[in-house]
Amino acid sequence: MSEAPAVEHRTPGLPALSLVPKAEAKQSMKDFKSDQEVRWCPGCGDYAILAAVQGFMPELGLARENIVFVSGIGCSSRFPYYMNTYGMHSIHGRAPAIATGLAASRRDLSVWVVTGDGDALSIGGNHLIHSLRRNVNLKILLFNNRIYGLTKGQYSPTSELGKITKSTPMGSLDAPFNPVSLALGAEASFVARTVDSDRKHLTSVLRAAAAHPGTAFVEIYQNCNIFNDGAFEVLKDRTSAENAVIRLEHGERIRFGADNAKGVVRDRATGDLRVVDVDASNEDEVLVHDAHAATPTTAFALSRLADPDTLHHTPIGVFRSVERPVYDALMSEQLEQAVEQHGKGDLAAMLAGNDTWTVVG
Amino acid sequence: MTSQVSSPTTPDRPVLGEQRKPAKETRKLDRVVIRFAGDSGDGMQLTGDRFTSETASFGNDLSTLPNFPAEIRAPAGTLPGVSSFQLHFADHDILTPGDAPNVLVAMNPAALKANIGDLPRGAEVIVNTDEFTSRAMGKVGYAASPLEDGSLSAYAVHPVPLTTLTVEALKEFPLTRKEAERSKNMFALGLLSWMYHRPTEGTEDFLRKKFAKKPELAEANVAAFRAGWNFGETTEDFAVSYEVAPAEAAFPAGTYRNISGNLALSYGLVTASRQADLPLFLGSYPITPASDILHELSRHKNFGVRTFQAEDEIAGIGAALGAAFGGSLAVTTTSGPGVALKSETIGLAVSMELPLLVVDIQRGGPSTGLPTKTEQADLLQAMYGRNGEAPVPIVAPCTPGDCFGAALEAARIALTYRTPVLLLSDGYLANGSEPWRVPELDELPDLRVQFATTPNHVAEDGTEEFWPYLREPETLARPWAVPGTPGLEHRIGGIEKQDGTGHISYDPANHDLMVRTRQAKIDGIEVPDVVVDDPDGQARTLVIGWGSTYGPITAAVRRIRGAGGAVAQAHLRHLNPFPRNLGEVLGRYQKVVVPEMNLGQLAHLLRARYLVDARSHTQVTGLPFKAEQLAAAIQEESADV
Ligand code: SF4
Repeated sequence: MSEAPAVEHRTPGLPALSLVPKAEAKQSMKDFKSDQEVRWCPGCGDYAILAAVQGFMPELGLARENIVFVSGIGCSSRFPYYMNTYGMHSIHGRAPAIATGLAASRRDLSVWVVTGDGDALSIGGNHLIHSLRRNVNLKILLFNNRIYGLTKGQYSPTSELGKITKSTPMGSLDAPFNPVSLALGAEASFVARTVDSDRKHLTSVLRAAAAHPGTAFVEIYQNCNIFNDGAFEVLKDRTSAENAVIRLEHGERIRFGADNAKGVVRDRATGDLRVVDVDASNEDEVLVHDAHAATPTTAFALSRLADPDTLHHTPIGVFRSVERPVYDALMSEQLEQAVEQHGKGDLAAMLAGNDTWTVVG
Repeated sequence: MTSQVSSPTTPDRPVLGEQRKPAKETRKLDRVVIRFAGDSGDGMQLTGDRFTSETASFGNDLSTLPNFPAEIRAPAGTLPGVSSFQLHFADHDILTPGDAPNVLVAMNPAALKANIGDLPRGAEVIVNTDEFTSRAMGKVGYAASPLEDGSLSAYAVHPVPLTTLTVEALKEFPLTRKEAERSKNMFALGLLSWMYHRPTEGTEDFLRKKFAKKPELAEANVAAFRAGWNFGETTEDFAVSYEVAPAEAAFPAGTYRNISGNLALSYGLVTASRQADLPLFLGSYPITPASDILHELSRHKNFGVRTFQAEDEIAGIGAALGAAFGGSLAVTTTSGPGVALKSETIGLAVSMELPLLVVDIQRGGPSTGLPTKTEQADLLQAMYGRNGEAPVPIVAPCTPGDCFGAALEAARIALTYRTPVLLLSDGYLANGSEPWRVPELDELPDLRVQFATTPNHVAEDGTEEFWPYLREPETLARPWAVPGTPGLEHRIGGIEKQDGTGHISYDPANHDLMVRTRQAKIDGIEVPDVVVDDPDGQARTLVIGWGSTYGPITAAVRRIRGAGGAVAQAHLRHLNPFPRNLGEVLGRYQKVVVPEMNLGQLAHLLRARYLVDARSHTQVTGLPFKAEQLAAAIQEESADV
């Protein structure tokens, strides 16, 4: 097994994928559809995400055989079956760990993890945070529907407090995770959020994630129309979305609402962020979004703007995108360094060591 | 044919300007068992390792038993804090670290108290008298000094003020008293090296390398080591030194080195990767007593070895499985508690039919159990510890050196049959060591595999397809198609798959077929027949074991035969599947005795599988069997035959 030579297959503009061979012919969405019948419930948000991913893949222009989708367990984790690439539908919560081994040993692959709120944040929480801190070249798509779908409707680690479900008839007792805050706290180098129904936005986030060298974490708000229908309706309904959604654009002032009448400013007293009505007096105070900021402090503050119950003031887009050393690249460099320092491994010399004796027959 | 043992460290170089051959009376011995014992901070493991290296390069056969507490620095001077290292060496081939030490080096009262019970009458005891203060003795419950109250009269006691002598020897060095005292283990090593005519250059070289960054410490340790040697030579208390000739006849011709089980296993993995022409990927989480394999493999990155220290046991095997999907020779290393955590992923590997080595260095259980002690109680976990019908081949090495070959064998099975394989070593093999013949490269097996590169099926409409579960008829292995191979894009996972196509299938008949097929694949693995050692064919009792009990069982069988008894012996290296001739072998004997360091797990499997009245003899002390006790037990079990 040798890695693809770096120079031949360079994909311009995609540093993360520079070692992945390019497709020989032009691809279309159809090339990425597998022959398997898609089995999500009719109306499930997963369909829209699948279509967006299949539609986006040709844009990357990568050899299809060098793309791998790895998933855990849950509704979203059926995803790999529907992609005409290599794929693995693994076990609950472990996809980031499995994908880490694959990506670290095969830098010529574009490795994607598809997971859900239960899979990534409950049973697999440990693997998620460690893959983020390690910064392996993985793209993690977390479909967050704030419910357990496959097991038929128990509350999840992102469900709002007091959620009434089959397992919590009197309301859930535990406070939810904010996946973006969690990822930022886990040293993620790329963190974004998008929504299943906004194909254009979703695609733009996928594009940014694909280009990012290292682990990219993308939270996708996904509607489970069977067990938690309308969980994100406030972000989707035209009128309510105006005041609920904050679209983050790197280098732009963070404004939203009808006529961009609202903006995010830093509170002088606390240093925290808050939403204000923008007028001529405070226009210049509105925060300019810097996804490349050295520290995640402001990104974290942005992630806390949303009200966990009403989802008002929910930022979407790329919260953070910074370059830092990529695990699999470092691992490869050590292998090369070891050869430089000690020469290529000499099996006979290793087995003999430096303390032998000879028995003559 | 005569054989001759020569050491590359020329033994006739003078030490300290005098001839290194001791001037006093020399007695010849055929074998000796020495135990170094002290506080865990006293450096007893290092001392034992050095004496072992000296002994190996001298050409004796040897076997070692390190025994240390789980705590890194257990409370000083207490019984639980005692760390010891036992070494058995001989002029003939030996199989165990020895039942009872002929010589005990006790660095403090706790070490004396913890070990004296294991000594036969007449054994020599070297004690560090400096540590026998009333406070230190009180700590372990000695009301009066055992050096003075006559309680040691059955032994030949050498009272030596080791600490004082070491500090005195190092007074020219710019060291504090505390620093100087630390070299007392090297003084003891020097003294023992004198007593048994060990070559000393290796240790001096070792010390200079170990302390290369602090040359004054290197020289201080060398000085303490030499002072110990000279002390033996000049003090009247040590009137006799001993010679144990090289074990000339014990070894076939070849190049030898000393090797521990974990080192041999690590080398086996690197070698398997070379022989398979696949990069090695280790996903592992630190755990005693397996961590040394992670450490060792991390040193061989120039062989293309990737080592991944994961966030937990599950991620360790997960990453390995991911690498296996990508075409690496993938390994995860752990101990029993880690296997428990990994079992779901082992099941996934069974279902996805990918090659994966799961190395379990067994230790005392259940739960955390005895992390630094040995046991072989994970056999049934290896065999059955997964949900569903999830058969996994099992290979178990029988000596430290055999860990090398067992790793190659496990890799052969994994790669040929596309299956996870459990390699069951244990703490005794892992840390114990023995002389090992370094194999020639052309003796090593060819483990190369063929990845799938082309479609393997033609659809009804004539299009070529790839079916990931279309099997090779002979091995029932499915094709290994790694990402990056055009045209073979496919999806696999833990859900039941349709035979052939690999598509998700909930069909009852298909599930029945797949369960039986996975079982048939494992049952059909080619493994060598078990060899029975029954010299005159007169035996009516068969002793059968597996794994690290090989040494003690073989030594016990030799004792029985030496006393005129007849007993046959067989040892299993393959536990799943069992060798094809096993049933027939068991049927030949009236009695089958199964010694194990568990409560009878192999016996249970043999009874269930072959309907034989296998009799269990078990011990779960965290220590290997003693040959003498085992011989008695075997004789008792077979008495009424
Ligand atoms: S249960 Fe919910 S998440 Fe699962 S497939 Fe149905 S709609 Fe989608």
